[in-house]
Amino acid sequence: MQFPILTLITFLPILGMVIVLLLPKERVRAIQATSAVVTGLQVLLAILIWYAFDTAKTGINDIATMQFVERLPWIVIPETPWFGEIRIDYFLGIDGLSMPMVLLTALISFLATFSSFSIKKSVKGYFAMFLLLDTGMMGVFCSLDMFLFYVFWEVMLLPMYFLIGIWGGPRREYAAIKFFLYTLAGSVLLLLVMIGLYFSTIDPQTGVHTFNMIAMMDPANVTQGIFATVGSTARMLAFIALFIGFAIKVPIFPFHTWLPDAHVEAPTAISVILAGVLLKMGTYGLLRISFPIFPEMTLYFQIPMMVLGFVNIVYGALCAMAQKDFKKLIAYSSVSHMGYVLLGMAALNVQGMTGAVFQMFNHGTITAMLFLLVGVLYDRAHTRGLDDFGGVYNKMPVYSFLTVIAFFAAIGLPSLSGFVSEAFVFLGAFQTSKLWTILSTMGIVLGAGYMLWTFQRVFMGSLPEKWESVLNDVNGRELVTLVPLAIIIVVLGVYPSPALNWMSTSLGHLVDLVNGSTGQALISAF
Amino acid sequence: MIEIIFESIPSFWPEITLSLTFVISMIVEFIVGGKGKKSTGMTTGLIVLLGFTVTILQMPFQDLEPRLLFGTMITLDPFAAFFKYLIVAAGIIVIVFSMQSHEVRRQETVGEFFCFIAAMTFGMFLMAGASNLLMIYLSIELVSLSSYILAGFSKKLKRSGEAALKYVLFGGAASGVMLYGMSLLYGLTGALDIYSIQSTLAAGMVVDVHDWSFVVLMLSIIMILVGFGYKISAVPFHFWTPDVYEGAPVSVTAYLSVASKAAGFAVMVRFFYVAFFDSVLDLGKWGSLPLVDWNMIIALLSVLTMTLGNVVAIWQDNLKRMLAYSSIAHAGYIMMGLVVMSDLGLTAMLAYFVIYFFMNLGAFYIVMSVADRIGSEHIDDYRGLGKRAPVIGVGFSIFLVSLTGLPPLAGFIGKWMLFSAVIEAHYIWLAVIGVLNSAISLYYYARVFRNMYLREPLNGDESPITFSPLVIVITILFIIPNIIFGVYFGPLISYAQRSVELFLQ
Repeated sequence: MQFPILTLITFLPILGMVIVLLLPKERVRAIQATSAVVTGLQVLLAILIWYAFDTAKTGINDIATMQFVERLPWIVIPETPWFGEIRIDYFLGIDGLSMPMVLLTALISFLATFSSFSIKKSVKGYFAMFLLLDTGMMGVFCSLDMFLFYVFWEVMLLPMYFLIGIWGGPRREYAAIKFFLYTLAGSVLLLLVMIGLYFSTIDPQTGVHTFNMIAMMDPANVTQGIFATVGSTARMLAFIALFIGFAIKVPIFPFHTWLPDAHVEAPTAISVILAGVLLKMGTYGLLRISFPIFPEMTLYFQIPMMVLGFVNIVYGALCAMAQKDFKKLIAYSSVSHMGYVLLGMAALNVQGMTGAVFQMFNHGTITAMLFLLVGVLYDRAHTRGLDDFGGVYNKMPVYSFLTVIAFFAAIGLPSLSGFVSEAFVFLGAFQTSKLWTILSTMGIVLGAGYMLWTFQRVFMGSLPEKWESVLNDVNGRELVTLVPLAIIIVVLGVYPSPALNWMSTSLGHLVDLVNGSTGQALISAF
Repeated sequence: MIEIIFESIPSFWPEITLSLTFVISMIVEFIVGGKGKKSTGMTTGLIVLLGFTVTILQMPFQDLEPRLLFGTMITLDPFAAFFKYLIVAAGIIVIVFSMQSHEVRRQETVGEFFCFIAAMTFGMFLMAGASNLLMIYLSIELVSLSSYILAGFSKKLKRSGEAALKYVLFGGAASGVMLYGMSLLYGLTGALDIYSIQSTLAAGMVVDVHDWSFVVLMLSIIMILVGFGYKISAVPFHFWTPDVYEGAPVSVTAYLSVASKAAGFAVMVRFFYVAFFDSVLDLGKWGSLPLVDWNMIIALLSVLTMTLGNVVAIWQDNLKRMLAYSSIAHAGYIMMGLVVMSDLGLTAMLAYFVIYFFMNLGAFYIVMSVADRIGSEHIDDYRGLGKRAPVIGVGFSIFLVSLTGLPPLAGFIGKWMLFSAVIEAHYIWLAVIGVLNSAISLYYYARVFRNMYLREPLNGDESPITFSPLVIVITILFIIPNIIFGVYFGPLISYAQRSVELFLQ
């Protein structure tokens, strides 16, 4: 058996959590150091994975080309005269779709740990929850068994509730329970579809029902139960249920209302995690589960999904424009940027899909940086009102320079990473639907509008008297969190091909699976 | 006749031990007990505890080959044994709870309290195996009578007296209706044991669908359903539940919500599964009762039960009352297994009961311990508890999250099994309502841990609340199975399957 690197990267934070819980709560430094070491090791493991990752292997629906696979029987209930065998595997593995997400999760968690050092209230509880959340996120991206996927997916909810609810802003209680209820309502739909798929799928290797997602992707295995008939109403409803479950997480209009509340109330580091990783899980779920398992429905709902992408882009941008709170503005810009991901995915061609996954990665780094930047300002001024500031540029030049990079990356300026992914998204989407792509480009104009206007309001003009003594430039700890992101944004903007190489083989295969001969054959049967 | 009795006795030792426990504890209480002597109450408690321990130790030696005892009175099969383990384990735990509870210990009649726990447990053992209408009725009455007394045990509390009276009135009416239903069924079939009822009905000789006899049969089933529905507190027969659960001592409430409900489900499953199974025309379950979709009726009751329980629980500020409504909701979930009544459905019900046992008893234990320390069950008094009593706070949160059904805790596995059974039987709409109910239930469970962690204590009192090491240990003992059955549930499901397989038909 090979080295269980995915198990290690997933469960390291749990180990860290146990250590944190065993430390006395007065030893704040030790607790912080434990978290930093654990997430740092995660980054090292992620780099190792990146190094050993074979970009030529497809993965997606092929176990043989999945990488770093670990498969052990987890729950095995032997067959008896009345009952068939029940078998659930502990099944981890990654491919070109999940590898960028694993990298992103490790990176963002590490940076968020540093950002969390400013937390003063019950540090022990905070880091215990933070590390549990980390395991949940990593587990989602590594699982290939749907039961395991679901367990990790739900493990994140409770820590997130407490992280927002205990360490959040004034309206934290409301924001926390809203987040919790919304996401739970979405994930129970996922649970139903999961059970339905279990009874419909036979694992060709074992001959019994299975939660193995890869087996579910082959129509030849899905021959029983309610999802057996391609194009049936049951499959359509299942696709819609899954879509709603994932859309709540993304969030896709009209399920986005929890997001601004959660972002505004959450502490900076948690906003970073939320925007950097959690939102990606929704789109990742669509790509990993909905698209390959229900290809004919994906094709059927292709245009509606593109329309939703368009709505997200324009609606998010318009909302962002109307905000007076810096953090809320970034939150709505997230809604807008995740719209690009949906638009690119729904295009169902290699360019669009690559753009979408690359945009997921880039949005993770850019928005994480934006939230960190807002946090820097808030830590000093204790307000986020856009109209309260002005002329910050004179007082905080380094900070302003970093902000310029993040803002321009968010707008999609060439030579920064946001441009590459958005360009790919539009390139792909244009081939599928000219109308909705052209309409969606409005988002770029609007994006430039609110970003530049924000920059003008906060950084230009004259500095109000009251900030004269408070606004000091970024300190060392903040630079540690901001500079790596800035470097990634610039490097991937100038030279994106390594990142594109990670994913292109797998995504090409995914497109083929959904939109190629198999998918087309299914849709014609439908 | 006498030979049958002698033949059956070797298979009846656990029940005999229980009845001896009841009798001995009663005698001890009469001889050495009396007014003002609290210490003897604890002696009685220990005797009952010993009796329960002996019972549970005898059970593994029982031969569980399905068979009938005392003619057709009692069925002994793994299904009954499963529930008996659950009941007597709950009994032991409830006695341990009660010995700690101030609410119980401060009563003068504490000795009698333990005697009636023994009587109730004996009744529930009979319920788990009852396969004769007479036995069903007698065992249910034995349990009910004991629980009326236990519910009104805190005599000085007004709400306790009110609870007992409501319980008696409701219980009396419900069992009267059930008894009438049974008499009708007996009149139609001429048989009292459910196996003969099954063969008579399946032969199709006594009931004609074009005749009044069919109406009478339907009426009798509905009346019997009333009696069972009252026992498991299914809507619309649940009205007694919140008041009784709130008024009774917490340990009794815990016992009623777990063991009494389990016994109710056991007898209900056996009766409905066996008596109306059509073996002649091969129509299967409910086959002898044509024209009416009984699955649909149970499904509707299940939906009503879970929805009402969850929705009303949102507005409860007394935690005991909130847990009462939550236990109504859980009865609703468990009824989903009764709807499909498939092998998987029954397995899911059994597995759910084991998990429910740990999460619900744990939750009630915390409410009891906290009430003993701070004298309140009000949700506002739980503010800041997470900081003031860390283990209690974490434990309660785990039990509540498990009750919500979130992985990786055991409650999720229970729900997953039930929903699987429902989806396998293609009751998708029922599953959808079920999962949405889980989402609703999160709201009121979250209110509790919100108060414990997100809010500051009411009057700024942040001093730690210390609990005795015993309380901490028991809490941790309840936490462990909630986590273990959440991540490693193979043996549990496997055991539940084996208990269903040899269900005597």
